[in-house]
Amino acid sequence: MIEFFRNTNLDFLRWRWHFIIFSWLLILAGAVSLWVKGGPRYGIDFRGGTLVYLKFSQAPDLDRIRSGLRAEGLGSSTIQRYGRPENNEIIIGAEQVGREEEALDTSRQAIVTALHTTFQVPAEKIDLNNVGTDSLADHLLRLDPIGLAASPSEAATRYREIAERITEFRDTERGGLLTGFGELRTLEGVPPVVTTTLEQQAFLSPFVVRNVEVVGPRVGRQLRQQALLATALALAGMLVYIGMRFRQWVYGSAAVVATFHDVLITVGFLSLFNYEFNLNIVAALLTLVGFSVNDTIVTFDRIRENVRLLRREGFANLVNRSINQTLSRTVLTSGLTFLTVLALFFLGGEVLHGFAFTLVVGIIVGTYSSIFIASPIVVGWSQRGRVKAKAA
Amino acid sequence: MNPNLRWKAIIIFGLILICAVGLLCFRKGVDGGSKFAVPTSLEDLRTNLENRISLGLDLRGGMHLILQVQVNEAINTETDQVVQRLSTLLREQGIEFQSVRKSDPTHVQIVGVPATQLATARTWLEDTYRPAYVIGSLPGDESGFVLEMTPSLAAQIRQEALRTSIDTVRQRVDALGVSEPTIAEHGRGEWEILVQLPGVDDPNRVKNILQSTAMLEIKLVKNGPFANEGDALAQSGGILPPDSMLMRESLQARRDRSGEPQWYVVSRTSVVTGRDLRSARAEINPEIPGAYQVSFSLSRDGAARFGPFTERSVGQALAVVLDDRIQSVATIQSRIDDAGRITGQFDLQTASDLALVLRSGALPASIKYLEERTVGPSLGADSIRAGLIATVAGFLAVVAFMLFYYRLSGVNAIISLLLNVLILMAALAYVGATLTLPGIAGVLLTIGMAVDANVLVFERIREELRLGKSVVSAVENGFDRAFTTIFDTNATTIIAAIFLFMFGTGPVKGFAVTLTIGLLANLFTAVYVSRAIFQYLLGRQARLSAARPATLSI
Repeated sequence: MIEFFRNTNLDFLRWRWHFIIFSWLLILAGAVSLWVKGGPRYGIDFRGGTLVYLKFSQAPDLDRIRSGLRAEGLGSSTIQRYGRPENNEIIIGAEQVGREEEALDTSRQAIVTALHTTFQVPAEKIDLNNVGTDSLADHLLRLDPIGLAASPSEAATRYREIAERITEFRDTERGGLLTGFGELRTLEGVPPVVTTTLEQQAFLSPFVVRNVEVVGPRVGRQLRQQALLATALALAGMLVYIGMRFRQWVYGSAAVVATFHDVLITVGFLSLFNYEFNLNIVAALLTLVGFSVNDTIVTFDRIRENVRLLRREGFANLVNRSINQTLSRTVLTSGLTFLTVLALFFLGGEVLHGFAFTLVVGIIVGTYSSIFIASPIVVGWSQRGRVKAKAA
Repeated sequence: MNPNLRWKAIIIFGLILICAVGLLCFRKGVDGGSKFAVPTSLEDLRTNLENRISLGLDLRGGMHLILQVQVNEAINTETDQVVQRLSTLLREQGIEFQSVRKSDPTHVQIVGVPATQLATARTWLEDTYRPAYVIGSLPGDESGFVLEMTPSLAAQIRQEALRTSIDTVRQRVDALGVSEPTIAEHGRGEWEILVQLPGVDDPNRVKNILQSTAMLEIKLVKNGPFANEGDALAQSGGILPPDSMLMRESLQARRDRSGEPQWYVVSRTSVVTGRDLRSARAEINPEIPGAYQVSFSLSRDGAARFGPFTERSVGQALAVVLDDRIQSVATIQSRIDDAGRITGQFDLQTASDLALVLRSGALPASIKYLEERTVGPSLGADSIRAGLIATVAGFLAVVAFMLFYYRLSGVNAIISLLLNVLILMAALAYVGATLTLPGIAGVLLTIGMAVDANVLVFERIREELRLGKSVVSAVENGFDRAFTTIFDTNATTIIAAIFLFMFGTGPVKGFAVTLTIGLLANLFTAVYVSRAIFQYLLGRQARLSAARPATLSI
């Protein structure tokens, strides 16, 4: 039998003040970070604005893009590198122009125009890297490189197939960007004459617009309210559950305090590491709340079981023994979830990075708090209760 | 095998069968419905799986839009019509008045009615406009009336405008040929429409088509063209007759000629409108090489009005007006019964798009975009890849650990884990839920949490064994005692997930769905299935060698 924790007998309570101070320091660090940065860094979901996600075929010259944006009157827009360096991805962000929704589309159009001027994308040619299947099929139909004009219906299906082949190859195998027409030559299902025609009539811009997000101020407000409501109700639901589970208020309150502790520290870490606050993060935080409460419940259940079994033992000793008994499962169960979240953090891609980070931090903090914070609170409060009872 | 265990086996294998069939043995029919199709090759299997699990916009690319219908415009239109009709009707009734005007979107004022006619006017107004309007006196002025739209009529008009808009948007989306679109009312009473269009890769075109109000009117040209608004007004003697209005040419109409858009004086009423259209289509413009035009034909009603009208007005000019801008002006050569055309600088696509929006009918009010998210297909493909790699890696890490730490019992945990994922995917297929990128994260998180349940049980069993219990009773106690804790794990997380589902949007909802289903399945697999496997193994050991006590590799 392989065991990581065999008959451990660590005195967790002895060091409880150290841990409580350590926790306060972590919370304080997060609070300072939030204060210095002027609150959490809201993502586009909550703030409104425009984000354009771009991928380049080679490392983009940010200064050039910036001056191009300035020429379009977007001097205040942000350019941010994104993802792995070898992917050459950036996000261009523009704040919401004006208060009303009318201006919703203007920033995006200005960004695209700026990019077209900066990289000299000819207006009269098709940009093969940013064209959709429908438009490409239409273009091919008009150019008719194979010479199928005699039978229009055959031409339509044939060119549609070719267009699909090209865009699928571009999007799934080339990550959205073709770097030369030569790549099409080896592509099955695309006749050489089509490639030759495209070479003359089409253009391969050095970037592809991968994702556009435009959120108006009204929706931003709405999403913010919804997220707050979801969080508040989930916390309330958890409180009700804890209340039902532990009829004694000491346990219930300690579990709630531990949960708040976890959320506070995690939010602080998000701010410290400059992660954006968006809907995904809220989802991760709520999951974390569920997870953290559960961990605490495991320990508390054992304490209550032991209270019934071992009436003679002092309460502090008993709590310590309970933590030791459950240590193996607490660490193992958290550890396995942690393993999956870690996979998500390193391999799950850029979109889920913040989400995974929240859970990575949250699971560590949640496990720590159920061992080192929640139980000492119970001991502290029940001792104080006993002292009062004696004095009375 | 003891009968109790036999029943368990039947339930478990039955469920596996249902899940496997639901996940793998259906395919989309030509009509869009699902039909039963047992896969015969690996290729088939893949197609069926792709057909059964619908991917969210963030994974397959497409557009997510939130539109807001400017419903108050519909109220404005209603009171505008009241103002227009009221002047004529009052004159017909022989009631004198100075003017009829709108003071705000829901109030129409009638000013300057002579004292002698006040009583008749009031009776007539009440007969005609109640109960839709409340008729009151003009504040501080005895010689007039105020018609106030009742809140219930206003609410009805708004609701109607939203419903018509949703129908119109749906027709346009269908005409575009987008497969599996979502078009639905959104939010809480802010007159919003959610539109999700998977696979759309020309966002600008789609947005223009959806937003186009497509109000087509044909009006009589009274005077013009003029170079600017001032000229037009001056030529008409500084004041326009009540049945006339000024209107500008659209920029697009101007592009095939040179110069600035011109102004015209046109009739306020329209001879025919878009409502009278029977069909519209794009065709080659015979006069301008390479250009296209939109030809339309009128319904029988429209033609019955249009024919006599054009006969009477030969030699006069007609204006084709689209969204309050003159698109083209032509002189009536002879009686026209039911056909017309709209010319301008159209290419094939713009002409087809215009024909499309005309066919689908006008929007009752204009539309604003509140939110737009476009995911390119390449990003979706990358996200799927990353999500799958992470899931497989996480799964393998868990498997490796379980085998290392719990030996043969680890196999038991892995079986229940696999079954959990199978149930989860099959449930997604049966409910028709969409898998999003956060949804994939939910699957991965489920794997982590599902194995937690096994760990809780196994640790309990080890504890019981350490206390010197027999293997059989250790297993029984282990499961019994761990159950409350497992229930807690799942309950607390599901509470959070349910609120996320209620208030979350789009992708995040997908996360809540997979997490909830996964955790519910976990209660079944980690407790029921895993226990049955242990019972079966221990039972077999006992049968094979009744003398030796059972052992367990844990």
